[in-house]
Amino acid sequence: MKSYETVIGLEVHVELATKTKIFCGCSTAFGAEPNTHTCPVCTGMPGSLPVLNKQVVEYAMAVGLAANCEITRYSKFDRKNYFYPDNPQNYQISQLYLPICRNGFVEIMDQDGNPKKVRIHEIHMEEDAGKLIHDEWDDCSYVDYNRSGVPLIEIVSEPDMRSADEVIRYLEKLRLIIQYLGASDCKLNEGSMRADVNLSVRESGTGTFGTRTEMKNLNSFKAIARAIENERERQIELLEEGKKVIQETRRWDDNKEYSYPMRSKEDAMDYRYFPEPDLVPMIISDEWIEKIRKNQPEFRDEKKKRYISDFEIPEYDADIITGTKHLADLFEATVKFGANPKKVSNYLMGETMRLLKSNDMEPEDITFSPENLARLIGLTDDNLINSSVAKEVFEKIFTDDINPVEYVEKNGLKQNNDEEGLRKMIQEVIENNPQSVSDYKNGKDKALGFLVGQTMKAAKGKANPGIINKILKELLG
Amino acid sequence: MDILDYTAVELAGRIKKKEVSVKDAVMAVLDRIDKTENELNCYVTIDRDGALMSAEEVQKKIDRGEFAGPLAGVPVAIKDNMCTDGMLTTCSSKILSNFVPAFSSQAVVNLKEAGAVIIGKTNMDEFAMGSTTETSYYGATKNPWNTDHVPGGSSGGSAAAVAANECYYALGSDTGGSIRQPAAYCGVVGMKPTYSTVSRYGLIAYGSSLDQIGPICKDVTDCATILEVISTYDPKDATSVKRQDTDFTSALIDDVKGMKIGVPKDYFGDGMDEEVKDAVLRAAEVLKSKGAVIEEFELSLVKYAIPAYYTIASAEASSNLERFDGIKYGYRTNEYEGLHQMYKKTRSEGFGPEVKRRIMLGSFVLSSGYYDAYYLKALKVKALIKKAFDEAFSKYDVILGPVAPGVAPKLGESLCDPIKMYLGDIDTISANLAGLPGISLPCGISKNGLPIGLQLMGDCFKEKNIIRAAYAYEQARGKFGREDR
Repeated sequence: MKSYETVIGLEVHVELATKTKIFCGCSTAFGAEPNTHTCPVCTGMPGSLPVLNKQVVEYAMAVGLAANCEITRYSKFDRKNYFYPDNPQNYQISQLYLPICRNGFVEIMDQDGNPKKVRIHEIHMEEDAGKLIHDEWDDCSYVDYNRSGVPLIEIVSEPDMRSADEVIRYLEKLRLIIQYLGASDCKLNEGSMRADVNLSVRESGTGTFGTRTEMKNLNSFKAIARAIENERERQIELLEEGKKVIQETRRWDDNKEYSYPMRSKEDAMDYRYFPEPDLVPMIISDEWIEKIRKNQPEFRDEKKKRYISDFEIPEYDADIITGTKHLADLFEATVKFGANPKKVSNYLMGETMRLLKSNDMEPEDITFSPENLARLIGLTDDNLINSSVAKEVFEKIFTDDINPVEYVEKNGLKQNNDEEGLRKMIQEVIENNPQSVSDYKNGKDKALGFLVGQTMKAAKGKANPGIINKILKELLG
Repeated sequence: MDILDYTAVELAGRIKKKEVSVKDAVMAVLDRIDKTENELNCYVTIDRDGALMSAEEVQKKIDRGEFAGPLAGVPVAIKDNMCTDGMLTTCSSKILSNFVPAFSSQAVVNLKEAGAVIIGKTNMDEFAMGSTTETSYYGATKNPWNTDHVPGGSSGGSAAAVAANECYYALGSDTGGSIRQPAAYCGVVGMKPTYSTVSRYGLIAYGSSLDQIGPICKDVTDCATILEVISTYDPKDATSVKRQDTDFTSALIDDVKGMKIGVPKDYFGDGMDEEVKDAVLRAAEVLKSKGAVIEEFELSLVKYAIPAYYTIASAEASSNLERFDGIKYGYRTNEYEGLHQMYKKTRSEGFGPEVKRRIMLGSFVLSSGYYDAYYLKALKVKALIKKAFDEAFSKYDVILGPVAPGVAPKLGESLCDPIKMYLGDIDTISANLAGLPGISLPCGISKNGLPIGLQLMGDCFKEKNIIRAAYAYEQARGKFGREDR
């Protein structure tokens, strides 16, 4: 078999975190009762007119600047015409001719760990459509316009990626930039970030591109990786059999790990784009761009450096924590509540990661408050609970965000630091375990651990392990 | 004097002085409607109960001094492409034959806040597409001067209602002449203000970049007064402009000494009715005798205006009318299999032939492969026309010409030859393409007894120039009405 190269470009849709929709004052909140976040504008009532939400332009510019784009000084909206019931006007207000941002790039690491630029062709603004709900039982469809008019940006890359790994790194990088900007939460599973993959293959060393397909319905990084592998293999197989790849849009079914064609280029729609006459052109001044640039937040690389230098946490930890905006925010907020940065980092890197993994959760799904983590660290600092109790309490914080001070009090988990009481318990343990005592005296250090454990058991887990160790060693000579 | 013969401003004055009640005025209008509406068909909806109820409310507020403006208590008719909260709004189309909006257009809100009493909604060409008010789903409106003739269009119902005293004044909309031309055909005053002066919020769009709402009324004083009330900056319309100079009544001055008026030769070329030409040039002489400086000039590009206009307006219309699909509101076909057949049948049954023609034309000029050759070229022509007017207005305060090449044609004459109908828009569409204000007022009567219109156009935001010239001409001309025949 010949050797093939995969060529991938991405179209990434991101729902912006504005409070109101792009062309009206309706709320963008997710999950409301159907058609409660609607008005004449976002339901396409006759006579209604769109008015642009300035925040959308500012978010789009901020993402563009972070992705090294040129900002289009004279930018316009265009109408994209197509009939579908989720689209109340039967045209979508989007940007074709003069998108807000052009010619940018983001830097990722390639397979060999070398920096690589993925070029951004353009970023444009547009409105989302509503949602159709098909009722099989009643044989009819309902439409919910709550999402109609929610602002989106579409980030279109050049065909610069060569593997699923690079695609994931590119997406992670984009997601991080956008999350740090606060422009979106970028949740693939909730649809606030959606990626369509344009993929073609060509024989290694060929200068021209092969015929590409566009893959839709990719709801997780894993699905994206699987779809890329699958599509790459499908196209290579076709070429090996002497067949041609057809330019078409395909839909990925992640359960069946299979894609099927939705529409070919031949029946591609003519969207009859033309400038939106209801909106005036946007003229973007130097001052406006500078204002956005000045308000850009601290991005990952600077943040990472600061964590290492200011908080003296290991580079590896700083890398992981800054790798998710939510973790970085949590880290900084907990430190602000007075917790020792290293201890905070240890909680995030250790227990938090363990619990995320065992619950199949992402860092974005963390719900506990920095205040409660800081309180827990305070309890351990003050020697008020021991480490095993701390672990138990943290699990409660992780699942229910309980106040650890109240919880420890209520459940009587305070550490037993009463030396006299413990000494009596230890004497009893020594009397009841002569074998272990002699093992220890014969140099088997492990036996000490057993005796500590027995004492802890007698103290119902709440004893101060340092005190037990001290007294045991003293009594055993 | 019959109460119906008052102008809107005169009536409001009498109401204020308690010589006439709001109810008297509404009753007089409703009585007139009873007498003439069967024959004329000016209205799609007549809201008798609503108007009488509103008359009482408005009267109370006038009595309490809450409504003190110059239009308080005056009955008005609204073109049926402007949304009216709770009142049927059809665009004279089957596809909206059951549509009741949940909000009012801003122009209507402004009128109501000034104490207007809405009598009903006037007939029009379907979706404002037509020049005769014959493409309405609700049948043609007839010209009150001669019911064998059309009232013009698309705001034919509004113009005919004013001419027939079925209201005191009306709102129309003008995309290519739809206020000015029917006003001329019906012998009343109509004005299209500068694009962006009156909010388009609630106006059901035809050609969004060209549409403007404006008054149709009995004289220039009413015209300036109404325009002053409806011209407000509206943040709901992104194309609305904040203007500080909307005190249009301040231009009602009978003085044109030194005013420079250009008369474009191009507007008096082939196909021009001699009677119309003579009447318009006589009007120019009148202004000259009052001290204006009249000069002929070449405007050029006029012949490109019609193809450019029909390309742009149809392109925008093809998109604007996509929302009428049977899904959310309006007419839906009775029987269908699946979504696509529902769309197809609903729109095939719901739209009339002229609307379909423009949707097809508009879809064609926007389709890939033709966009540059048609739509983009039309935009370039639009820009050139604007430039030609900019040059003209560097020399003249006002441009004077006809509103249409002839007087109102007979019913049925235009429909069989749409191209001829399109060519009839030659004198009005340039103002829309360039965004300019234009006023139409009567300047004569043809031998067959139909009114002839004079058009005065001004530079963008210079409504006051044309109001002043129109007012001065009107003062010299004297009263105009069917009684003068």
